[in-house]
Amino acid sequence: MPERFGAENLGAERSDANRFDAGKADSRARLLATLRHPSRGQAVGGVLLGLLGFAMVTQVQSNERDDTYAGLRTSDLVQVLNGLNAQSRRADSEIAGLERTRRQLTDQTQARQAAVDRAKDQAQTLGILAGTLPAEGPGIRITVNDPEGKVSLNNLLDAVEELRAAGAEAMEFDDSVRVIAQTSFEQDDSGLLVDGHQVDPPYVIDVIGDPSTLSSALNFPLGFSYDVKANDGSVKVDKPTTVKVSSTVPATAPTDATSGQ
Amino acid sequence: MIAVVGLVVGIVLGLVLKPDVPLWLEPYLPIAVVAALDAVFGALRAFLDGIFNDKVFVISFVSNVVIAALIVFVGDKLGVGAQLSTGVIVVLGIRIFSNVAAIRRHIFHA
Repeated sequence: MPERFGAENLGAERSDANRFDAGKADSRARLLATLRHPSRGQAVGGVLLGLLGFAMVTQVQSNERDDTYAGLRTSDLVQVLNGLNAQSRRADSEIAGLERTRRQLTDQTQARQAAVDRAKDQAQTLGILAGTLPAEGPGIRITVNDPEGKVSLNNLLDAVEELRAAGAEAMEFDDSVRVIAQTSFEQDDSGLLVDGHQVDPPYVIDVIGDPSTLSSALNFPLGFSYDVKANDGSVKVDKPTTVKVSSTVPATAPTDATSGQ
Repeated sequence: MIAVVGLVVGIVLGLVLKPDVPLWLEPYLPIAVVAALDAVFGALRAFLDGIFNDKVFVISFVSNVVIAALIVFVGDKLGVGAQLSTGVIVVLGIRIFSNVAAIRRHIFHA
């Protein structure tokens, strides 16, 4: 009987069919009996089964622990490597393209920022010159005393013109009326009107510009100071470190003139 | 009884020791395990048939494992290791199925 062990060939199952009817009654009983009564043969089987269990668990664990590449053959590894190389080349070119895009966007942003900064600077300069923005800086504060009321509109207008010629950048009457290119000077029964606002002596003029140039512009022979003195008035020129011109005029867009460019 | 205890002891040992599979053994161990499984199921069927012999079991177990590993080894040398492994697994799988079918008939009479 030992020569027919198990099902060493696949055809064994058919020949087993005859044995099946005879053996099926006692096969269960034999299984139970063997489970109750160990024997030497069982010890050998136990050792082999232990070996099998050990190997099986080892293989299962190493299979779960192993990474994808451990069991691969050389040709498979070469193929995997080629695939990874192609993938990394694609990723590299993608990175290069994205970096190029980022560089372009950065350049654009910087250019736009520079243009915005330039425009802001320009707006500020023009705002100070046009009188729409408050200004401060070195300059002089002129106080004209006129006890006899003889200082005329023309005298003040002369002063304004001379200050402008001396490089005045911002001018203000009585801390309240900004003097710009379109400012009007009028005289009526009640007194002097600057841009429609009445100003009374003593007239105070704040001017931003180079202090020494501005003050000398008032003092040359037969100039403003001379005229005021001739009218029994007096001129006092202060040079504070900072002159503040805080009044503004509303910005008005030109209605007739357009840019000539 | 001892066989079942041996199986349990082997599994527990493997779980506790967590041994690393040596590199040279790595391609052969899965095939060897499947071959051993085939031998075990064959033995169980022979036992239920009443023709079990422990000497035959030991020899068939060892020869199954060795031949399976040898086939894979030769296949690797010839450059068809992957295909040959698949073939061995398929054959052993068919045998395991037929053996389990016989065992099932013995135990469940169906």
